[in-house]
Amino acid sequence: MTLRDQTLAIMAPLLSPFQAPPAEARLLPEGRMAGPMPWVIAIMMFLTVIAAATGLSLGGAARGLDSELAGRVTVQVIEADSARKNRHVRAISTELLRLAAVESVRVVPPKEVTALLEPWFGDAGIGEDLPTPALIDVTLKRASPADLDSVRTAVRTVSSVARVDEHAQWLAPLVRLLDALKWLSAMLVGLMTLATAAIVVLAARAALNTHRSTIEVMHLLGSTDLQIARLFQRRIALDALFGGGLGLAVALIALLFLGYRLSAIGSDLLGSFGPGWIGWLIIAALPALGAVIATLAARVTVLKALRLML
Amino acid sequence: MTNIVQFENVGLRYGTGTETLSDLSFSLAKGGFYFLTGPSGAGKTSLLKLLYLSQRPSRGLIRMFGDDMVTMPRDHLPKFRRRIGVVFQDFRLVPHLSAFDNVALPLRVAGAEDKDVIQPVNEMLAWVGLGDRASARPATLSGGEQQRVAIARAVITRPDILVADEPTGNVDPDMAARLLRLFDALNQLGTTVVVATHDLHLLSRVSTAQMMRLEDGRIADPTGMLRYPPKRETPSP
Repeated sequence: MTLRDQTLAIMAPLLSPFQAPPAEARLLPEGRMAGPMPWVIAIMMFLTVIAAATGLSLGGAARGLDSELAGRVTVQVIEADSARKNRHVRAISTELLRLAAVESVRVVPPKEVTALLEPWFGDAGIGEDLPTPALIDVTLKRASPADLDSVRTAVRTVSSVARVDEHAQWLAPLVRLLDALKWLSAMLVGLMTLATAAIVVLAARAALNTHRSTIEVMHLLGSTDLQIARLFQRRIALDALFGGGLGLAVALIALLFLGYRLSAIGSDLLGSFGPGWIGWLIIAALPALGAVIATLAARVTVLKALRLML
Repeated sequence: MTNIVQFENVGLRYGTGTETLSDLSFSLAKGGFYFLTGPSGAGKTSLLKLLYLSQRPSRGLIRMFGDDMVTMPRDHLPKFRRRIGVVFQDFRLVPHLSAFDNVALPLRVAGAEDKDVIQPVNEMLAWVGLGDRASARPATLSGGEQQRVAIARAVITRPDILVADEPTGNVDPDMAARLLRLFDALNQLGTTVVVATHDLHLLSRVSTAQMMRLEDGRIADPTGMLRYPPKRETPSP
């Protein structure tokens, strides 16, 4: 039993709507049409799933970054004198807490600031005498430009040495890059769908030529175009389902491996990288969608060719 | 007696060449038996193609079963083709199907269920002497056996018209006589039979048969018998 036969045996209950009655199925000899088409479809489906998963993950990551960073602001107090720096921090915190737009204010402890600098200065590099800026994390209720302006104004009124950094602003180029890559992935999915349809059209035409004499006999015995087209579309749907299922399985293994590698990095930025459950549903539906497209392409091709006969 | 086929000034031209068939005007009576003769290249197969709706004429009028086949939309042709049995000169058996499945093909095309196919197909195979070769593929059958399968396939649905192109060309005289009796029996049941043949001996075997002779694409009907066919009693089905 070949791999194709084994897969079809496992998928038999799902394939029943595509299966022709035994007598009708015999009208086209088994195996002749299969040829390389299921394998080519498997490769196309593998690439489509990878592209779709990448696109969906990038979309999710861009949305995640947006929602995580929007409305988050860091106030940096750059003052060498420690006492003055602390006064500025207290004044800014008090002023910010009075704003209706502000949800929370957190003064980053000096230890955390030191920890942030450690990768550059080393364990022993940061002493008491090294002036470090004070950081205040501010979370806004909404990420509206007016609220951000009110924060900037409030900080300016109480301190001339403080700087307001909007998180979304310095990550905006990254979000735009993720968006562009998402659309590129979507374009790849579209192109591969078109290529798959083209392969099916070529396969259907080749099959028509191979079985021309059988088709002519059926035609003269009174077969309708739809009866003949059904024979081809069923066979091509089976091949597409087999190829699609195989491509999906291999792609999922590759994606699981990539996910394992990503999680090993332990990056917060990549933490939200993943297609999400709706994305997984879309990916799981791709082989069925591929089979539908292949079936339609085969049907249209065969009907068009049959119309050239009387 | 009504006409089941009517040709009026029919011409057929392949591509831009000269006419293969010219000015054919004749009628075939329902329940008639016709032999079509003529030298090779006279246009017999082309005329049969018009009769089994594989080709449309270049000009003229063809009425079959009371309908105009020249202007009939192609989507409507299958239901008429199912009323016509065809024995092709080259048999045209489906090579990967068994003799049984080849004979069953017209029934399955017409939508018959498997359980309704088994008995008539086995009976028909037995009638043409191939009861024990039901599972044989065409490649393993002799020329005569293939021809009998082709004939069984053509008559299995008891068509209104049976068109046969040299149906006894590859069988021995005994089998030829037997097959002709089958055609005659079908004819007695009301099927209009048109047999193209070079074998003039066949003509004498069916007493009620009429002859159509084609020469250079034109029909030779000096008596006008085809244009005005004689009356013949057809048993009611």
